[in-house]
Amino acid sequence: MSVLPAAFLPTLVRRERASLAATLLAPPIALAVATILNLGLYVLLGRDPIAVVHAMLLEPFLSWTSFSEVLLKAAPLLLIAQGLAIGFRAKVFNIGAEGQFILGAIFASAIPVWFPQATGQWIWPLMLLLGALGGGLWASLTAFWRVRLNANEILVSLMLSLVAAQLLNYLLLGPWKDPNGFNFPQSVMFQYDAMVPILISGTRVNVSLLLTLAFSAAAWVFMQKSFTGYKLQVGGLAPRAAGYAGFNEGWAIWLSLLIGGFAAGLAGAAEVAGPLGQLQRSISTGYGYAAIIVAYLGGLHPLGIVFSALLMAVLYIGGDNAMVSANLPIAAVRVFQGSLLLAYLIAVAFVRHRLEWPRAAVRSQS
Amino acid sequence: MNAIEFILAGMLGAATPFLLAALGELVAERAGVLNLGVEGLMAFGAVLAFIIVYHGGGHFLGFVAAGLGSAVLSLVFAVVALGFRANQVATGLAIGILGQGLSALFGKTYESLTVKGLPKLAFPWLSEIPVLGSLFIQDIVVWLSLAATLALWGMFAYTKTGLVVRAVGENPKAAHAIGYSVTSVRVFAIAFGGAMAGFAGAYAAVVYTPLWADGMIAGRGWIAIALVVFGTWLTGRIFLGACLFGAVSLMGLAAQATGLDVPSQLLSSLPYLVTIIVLGIISADRRLLKLNGVASLGEPFER
Repeated sequence: MSVLPAAFLPTLVRRERASLAATLLAPPIALAVATILNLGLYVLLGRDPIAVVHAMLLEPFLSWTSFSEVLLKAAPLLLIAQGLAIGFRAKVFNIGAEGQFILGAIFASAIPVWFPQATGQWIWPLMLLLGALGGGLWASLTAFWRVRLNANEILVSLMLSLVAAQLLNYLLLGPWKDPNGFNFPQSVMFQYDAMVPILISGTRVNVSLLLTLAFSAAAWVFMQKSFTGYKLQVGGLAPRAAGYAGFNEGWAIWLSLLIGGFAAGLAGAAEVAGPLGQLQRSISTGYGYAAIIVAYLGGLHPLGIVFSALLMAVLYIGGDNAMVSANLPIAAVRVFQGSLLLAYLIAVAFVRHRLEWPRAAVRSQS
Repeated sequence: MNAIEFILAGMLGAATPFLLAALGELVAERAGVLNLGVEGLMAFGAVLAFIIVYHGGGHFLGFVAAGLGSAVLSLVFAVVALGFRANQVATGLAIGILGQGLSALFGKTYESLTVKGLPKLAFPWLSEIPVLGSLFIQDIVVWLSLAATLALWGMFAYTKTGLVVRAVGENPKAAHAIGYSVTSVRVFAIAFGGAMAGFAGAYAAVVYTPLWADGMIAGRGWIAIALVVFGTWLTGRIFLGACLFGAVSLMGLAAQATGLDVPSQLLSSLPYLVTIIVLGIISADRRLLKLNGVASLGEPFER
């Protein structure tokens, strides 16, 4: 950094080998730094920082009811992030999970909206399947644009998310609006068989949590043990080597986007067929974007993502608490998310680099 | 006023947020930096400008605050992406989320409030031409944005500064070897991009639609990034692209005014759909992107 007098600034020097300690310490350190910075912000906003910490980071653990809400919130984040991480490791930047989530919710809602009288235990599994299909279809548009038309997948997938939000608005204000819903932009309430069964009685946690955990396990096997997962990772780390080895890049992009879209669509379906029970405008509170942070914070590793999804869910539930008890605007959660990812990106630099102070630098050069 | 005149009169104003943000991103990308945080930088600049104008600070001060504020936020990007060599995609997304969050946080108590826009200034002679004349009645910021476009074009075409920025983006190792500080050039390019995004947000919030609503940037920052690709990293083409998007975003309004029976959501998604389609058409010409693209875009520099 020669913008500032270079003689006083330490430089980043590549380590011989990646540091395991830094890998494991990066997330907690990032969390601590982001917490301190945001507490400073709350003080500036005139809020009581202790009340905020209590509401945000402690209250979610204090009762079984609120912790079950954390589990409920963690499920979609975990599912989407597992799918995204596979793509990110292959350097396929699908940031349109939000749109794939919305399409999944729309596809799943088609059954209860069109067949509100239908009964049978097959309805909710079919809805989840349709949701996954919808998310996958939406993502396949991005894949086609990227592979066949060479278009940047970041921009295309994001634009498709904005289109998806408008499509949802159109359905809820037009053809799919509940005729007896007092003109609210929402669909009919789903029938009993269109709801995913409850897993833990007395809470809203449903069977989709198990699906999510199964998907996480499958993601682990796929990325750490399978040859296909290995090919994807090589494509991300060393695209040229992957090319020489005959790994097809277009195929890797299709696979990454389809897995991401499938997972996000499934999450969208599970949300409408789970805690919501109807298609609404606010089906996603930014899950698709938060899941990007979850994926990075978990080190793009299936196991790490389980922990980061839980953490992000705590932030969501805690943010709701803080809004009520400490009068903190809900936007504070987004500020926290952004600063958490920034702090993590700094912390993770020390996995492959170490700081060298100017004096030491002179010595190592001589 | 018919639809054509309506679009001609409003096109440049509607294009200005796209244009300013895209010009800023152009400089950053020319220097080899991919900053995906434009949406958040615009939102942050927008809220700063709105708060200052609402409390009577005036438009000039509002724009200055927006430019400075977003430049400072973009320097956070510079520290993380350049200082710590973090993945630029992830860093840009983080800055975007942070900027949008801060915008919503600061703007919460201003929701649905309005301020006064800026008066239009007529270009002498030209504004009196029938039909086309309305194109030449614009506010001061539009005129300044046109001047900035010309200045940037001149900078890249004729000046040493422009050449250095391009050299740093094209071949940072060579630029470093002949004595230019790659990091310094990139930091300045990022800060310039941040300031321009701040101006773009300010224009959207206190001139174009002088009303505060959370999420008012509505994807315009992302379209600005796409515009840099559409324009194949050339100033003149980016200007034309911005005009196209200005016209597209007005077409929805024009269509509604003529009583066309199209869902308003389809009209709202028109700019996004056009972005997707144009992006496909331009990118399909791989030679075109290779010819004008920036070789080291998004890659961290290590000596």
